[in-house]
Amino acid sequence: MKIGLIPEIAKALLIARLRQTLIAAIGVTFSITMFVTLLSFMNGLNGLLDSMILNRTPHIRLYSDIKPTQHQPIHLSKKYNAAYHFISSVKPGSSRKELYNVGAIFQTLKSDDRVLGYAPKVAAQVFYNIGPIEMTGVINGIDVISEQKLFFFEDYVVEGNAIDLQNLPNTIILGKTAAEKMLAKIGDNIQITSGSGEQYTLKIVGFFQSGLAEIDKVQSYASLKTTQKILGKPANYITDIQIKLHDMSLAPKVGKEYSALFRCDAEDIQTANAQFETGSSVRNLISYAVGITLLIVSGFGIYNILNMMIYEKMDTIAILKATGFSGRDVKRIFITIALSIGLFGGFAGLIFGFLLSKIIDNIPFVTAALPTVETYPIDYNPVFYIIATLFSLATTYFAGWFPARKASKVDPVIIIRGK
Amino acid sequence: MSEDIVLIARSITKYFTDPLPVKVLDDVSFQISKGEFTSIAGKSGCGKSTLLYILSTMDTDYSGQLWIGGQEMKIKTEKELAAVRNEKIGFVFQFHYLLNEFTVLKNVMLPGQKLARLSDKDIEEKAMFHLKQLNIDSLAKKPANQLSGGEKQRVAIARSLINDPLIIMGDEPTGNLDKKNSDIVFEIFAKLSSEYGQSMLIVTHDEEFAKKTGRTIVMEDGRIISSG
Repeated sequence: MKIGLIPEIAKALLIARLRQTLIAAIGVTFSITMFVTLLSFMNGLNGLLDSMILNRTPHIRLYSDIKPTQHQPIHLSKKYNAAYHFISSVKPGSSRKELYNVGAIFQTLKSDDRVLGYAPKVAAQVFYNIGPIEMTGVINGIDVISEQKLFFFEDYVVEGNAIDLQNLPNTIILGKTAAEKMLAKIGDNIQITSGSGEQYTLKIVGFFQSGLAEIDKVQSYASLKTTQKILGKPANYITDIQIKLHDMSLAPKVGKEYSALFRCDAEDIQTANAQFETGSSVRNLISYAVGITLLIVSGFGIYNILNMMIYEKMDTIAILKATGFSGRDVKRIFITIALSIGLFGGFAGLIFGFLLSKIIDNIPFVTAALPTVETYPIDYNPVFYIIATLFSLATTYFAGWFPARKASKVDPVIIIRGK
Repeated sequence: MSEDIVLIARSITKYFTDPLPVKVLDDVSFQISKGEFTSIAGKSGCGKSTLLYILSTMDTDYSGQLWIGGQEMKIKTEKELAAVRNEKIGFVFQFHYLLNEFTVLKNVMLPGQKLARLSDKDIEEKAMFHLKQLNIDSLAKKPANQLSGGEKQRVAIARSLINDPLIIMGDEPTGNLDKKNSDIVFEIFAKLSSEYGQSMLIVTHDEEFAKKTGRTIVMEDGRIISSG
């Protein structure tokens, strides 16, 4: 038998029932459209929310924590070596907030090829002076260039120029909410008081908006040098080193390694943001579940229509069998019908899904919480389109399989005799 | 077994079990030689159609033996039987079963394309030749459902001839036609038999038709009472 004969017969049967097959195909189209759109939109949102955190969060943060000494004096005594020590009222000692020997740490990080980059940071507790009122705040001393490269700092600077921080001395980028409270404009000078009571005048070169009002009220940014000056510390005074890796999943391992090597504390992103991963995967799960449900429903539609078609085409099936087509040929004919409904319906679904995604992508979505976002986010990942194609073929195949099997079992004698 | 024998039925027995066990065919044995124009006659309900369905390999629920073209049918699979029907048997039914989704020409061509012994072009030529022989070549491009009963039956005959079958089987081929069309169909059968030596087995309850065939097997209550 020629390969083209089965598709040819299938096509003739399809065209003879054009309206029914169109309805079945529209069902598939609709579900694939929704599947693609839903996944693109959901993943776009996930990506947006994740990047809100991921862009701003280092994979590993090196710092030295305030905590009591691990080895209390009594541990060193040989006499009580075997005993259990009860020590009450342990307090943290006069530990330093800065990291030891940052020069060596930078050297090591630079030569480690797992590391994408690092950004040193100095945090300083200050008071913003607004007339007679004092407002607490934190000035983060940053290296603007590495901060821009690793954490997209300039995206969050909504007014002014981030790089001015580096180029002009004694400058500050204020949190948007804090600036509103101070009624400050770019170019204004503000007074701050450092923790040790000294006053400084800083010039505002920009405003910063993270999307979290609580942060924007407290945090502001200055260059490393300026911050070190406010604290009265030398240039090697660094409290945090933020590290980004090439492969985020290595963070816990590398973090432990550095913690032991540099004798400081290390926090990895997985530990710090565990709830975020969970949220993303649950949202993904829900969108897949909804998408697959849609496809299964359209599968039932195809099943129904093929079943009906088989009842109507009993004569045709009987004749095909009487003239030498085997049960398997008949089964192939009906599976071909089902698959072509899936293929054409699915293909149209991909196109409509893409168009609908495009439309959503152009709907304005302006929110104060997300300064960099102007429209609804869409993830045009080709993987969704591939999954949708595979699913549409799989569901239509199975939806066609049962009616096709029934058709292959039709006894031509009963049909021919029954007239 | 002689080359000249196209079909042998040996002790074919069949029961209908629903609603009560009834013996519809009782030890039916006969054979058909090449070129014979045979009819099976008998009253309605004597089992002649049931016999034909068994002989046509579509009904496999029987005991006894059936050879077509020297091959035993009982041991063949469903797929192999389909191939036998395709290659060796041509069918003409009482109700002109054509595929309404296709044109007349395509209806005639389909069994040939299934067999694929010839190229599509040769099959088409052959189909046109048969249609011309039956004087319906002008209808070739028409959809099958626009034809009259007599025309449909002639298309069915053309279709049965497409693979040069060993035997043509007919189940009351004139049963649903008027006198004039019945005569045309009979003339075609007679011509196929006399001019081309085509073996034929036609089930009919039309005594006049049966009388005109070369050999008549008469059945009554599931038995052969005269094998011509």
